[in-house]
Amino acid sequence: MDFWFSEMHTSNVKMSIRVEKQLFSGTSDFQRIDVFDSPEFGRFVTSDGSVIFSEQDEFTYDEMIVHVPMAVHPNVRKVLVIGGGDGGVARELSHYDEIEQIIVVEPDEMFVNVCREFFPDNAKGLDDPRVSVINRDGLRVLRGKQDEYDLIINDSTDPFGHTAGLFTKEFYGSCFKALHEDGIMVYQHGSPFFDEDEEACRAMHRKAYKSFPISRVYQAHIPTCPSGYWLFGFASKKYHPLHDLDAARWNARGLKTWYYTTNLHTGAFMLPKYVEDLLEEEEGAEKR
Amino acid sequence: MDIERQRSAPVYEALERFRKQRVVPFDVPGHKRGRGNPELVKLLGEQCVSLDVNSMKPLDNLCHPVSVIYEAEQLAADAFGAAHAYFMVGGTTSAVQSMILSACKAGDKIIMPRNVHRSAINALVLCGAEPVYVNPDVDNHIGIALGTETGQIRKAMDENPDAVAVLVNNPTYYGICSDLRSIVKLAHERGMLVLADEAHGTHLYFHEKLPVSAMEAGADMAAISMHKSGGSLTQSSLLLLNDTVNTRYVEQIINLTQTTSASYLLLSSLDISRRNLALRGRESFEKVSAMAEYARSEINSIGGYYAYGKDIVNGGSIFDYDVTKLSVYTRDMGLTGIEVYDLLRDEYDIQIEFGDIGNILAYISIGDRIQDIERLVGALEDIKRLYSKPVSRQHNAEYIAPIVAATPQKAFYSEKEMLPIRETAGRICGEFVMCYPPGIPILAPGEQITEEIISYILYAKEKGCSMQGPEDPEISKLNVLI
Repeated sequence: MDFWFSEMHTSNVKMSIRVEKQLFSGTSDFQRIDVFDSPEFGRFVTSDGSVIFSEQDEFTYDEMIVHVPMAVHPNVRKVLVIGGGDGGVARELSHYDEIEQIIVVEPDEMFVNVCREFFPDNAKGLDDPRVSVINRDGLRVLRGKQDEYDLIINDSTDPFGHTAGLFTKEFYGSCFKALHEDGIMVYQHGSPFFDEDEEACRAMHRKAYKSFPISRVYQAHIPTCPSGYWLFGFASKKYHPLHDLDAARWNARGLKTWYYTTNLHTGAFMLPKYVEDLLEEEEGAEKR
Repeated sequence: MDIERQRSAPVYEALERFRKQRVVPFDVPGHKRGRGNPELVKLLGEQCVSLDVNSMKPLDNLCHPVSVIYEAEQLAADAFGAAHAYFMVGGTTSAVQSMILSACKAGDKIIMPRNVHRSAINALVLCGAEPVYVNPDVDNHIGIALGTETGQIRKAMDENPDAVAVLVNNPTYYGICSDLRSIVKLAHERGMLVLADEAHGTHLYFHEKLPVSAMEAGADMAAISMHKSGGSLTQSSLLLLNDTVNTRYVEQIINLTQTTSASYLLLSSLDISRRNLALRGRESFEKVSAMAEYARSEINSIGGYYAYGKDIVNGGSIFDYDVTKLSVYTRDMGLTGIEVYDLLRDEYDIQIEFGDIGNILAYISIGDRIQDIERLVGALEDIKRLYSKPVSRQHNAEYIAPIVAATPQKAFYSEKEMLPIRETAGRICGEFVMCYPPGIPILAPGEQITEEIISYILYAKEKGCSMQGPEDPEISKLNVLI
């Protein structure tokens, strides 16, 4: 049987994954969710026809968005995770004993339930006693919060869909306010390669750069995302992602990873020239 | 309303039948289903340009409807509880003007609140009728023109027993309603017609908890902006009539200025939207009201903003309030509404309906989702954190009582000269001056200019309101009568 899932990365570029079978399809108030089994990527989940993650590459996202800030900030107690209803980010965070509280904000209850059923390995992160899951809008939860968190992780990936509110100036402003004076926010920064995505990527950096004193971008290779190339944002009130990296301390923890190392940490902030240029252009636009 | 009949959409269905016939076009429009203009097809899509067709037998003709348009208009009348309904393709402006031109001739008097839309006064320029303005109350705190108190209307009627009609906003741009039933009763006792500008009131017909609609209150005519809360395409509207009005005469009036090439995109959008409102309107506006109420309570809990709702109802100049509207008073943050409006657009990528001196209005509709409301509330909170200032001097004259020195028509066609605005006090104005939106005149043709009006215009200009009307786009000069 010739059964393929396809996702348009631009109107002229299509990524296709051979599918063995479809395990789930449902529509919530927020999105259409589908789950497939595939020979190459294992099980994967899509939102409105875009891959959110697959079993084969989710470790990249989850490790890069958790270990990078955790290797920099010396004292993380309270973490807010926005999106991340699959539990992968919570699972990585749960390896750190000093964390006291992990709040996962996922508006879509259906998404959490689907992940619990089909991705138990990720979802077990939600069962850690320090984790609480809130089914509310991220902006709503942040509203009125002040000086509350050490780390905010925005695990939402789509700046155009139902999570558009999490890529706005008001979101970055709300995060800034909700963080302690040495707090860090990391977020999915999209892919800079295709024209359509580049503009969103620029806008994100412009907003974060304006809202936080330190705002750097780092990269990873993720096969199922557009052009296979993905960026993350590191926005911080005090700690610099490279100058304040404590590699010895992190390595002493002896955590098992598949993607992240402290060497890679440093390397991930070394960006291709065209990406450096477009980010600098946005910083320049603010200075003018 | 006959729900079974409301399930059909005659214009839409006729277009579908027509499409399947694959008729070869040797008529206008010249783009011939888009083939002659590929760039237009790329922009609008094949489906859209193929519906852009001419009036013809199977599709009826808006100038003299006898088949599918006629049926669609009857269905619209039934859905809105009116005796007759006309599809309008020149915006609600054309509906308002058709009401006034049908009711008044040269020299007739018409009673209207001053916070009417420019289209109403423009109709007076066309027909030569004389406006009798009723001063709307102004709320001293939020600084907006309110509804019209019934006592004030009665007074104007008693002083002008020869007036032929009364025009009422139902509701105003800000969602404020006057006591329409009482106004209808007073007017009909005196043989005057009641014309309702319901540009902001389409939804009143589809939810019993919303303020009373013009047709239900017994008004004689109403102009309905289907393209606002009704969901049809921009520029499409309805004119509703009660059985107290001569339909033949109204049709003649409409055809004086209406195009003979009405767009089927607009007509079909009216037809489909009417069906949608009839079948699902109640449920939709229940949701819209709930979203607006949620936004109001969230905005009020930020502190510094005042999102007003039913709490401002006072039984008189605010007889009722349309809860689907979301108006927010911003001056307690030290920011004018226009400043917040600009910040929302430039810094937060949020476009709201308008900002005036003291308020912003966000338009909530059947197309909104709760996550968008969260964005708006989040942005307002962030604006408070980053931009709020100490409260500055209040300029509280959103409405200044006009002195009518000549009819709009006489002033419009008189000999005029252009003077620097500061030298115009005491002269009679020959043109409109207004902030747009909301498009309510500060000066209309025929009105005396005062020092107070000049300083208000200069203040609004300085605060960044988009000023329209005068020949001089900078508004540093005004045309006055010689």
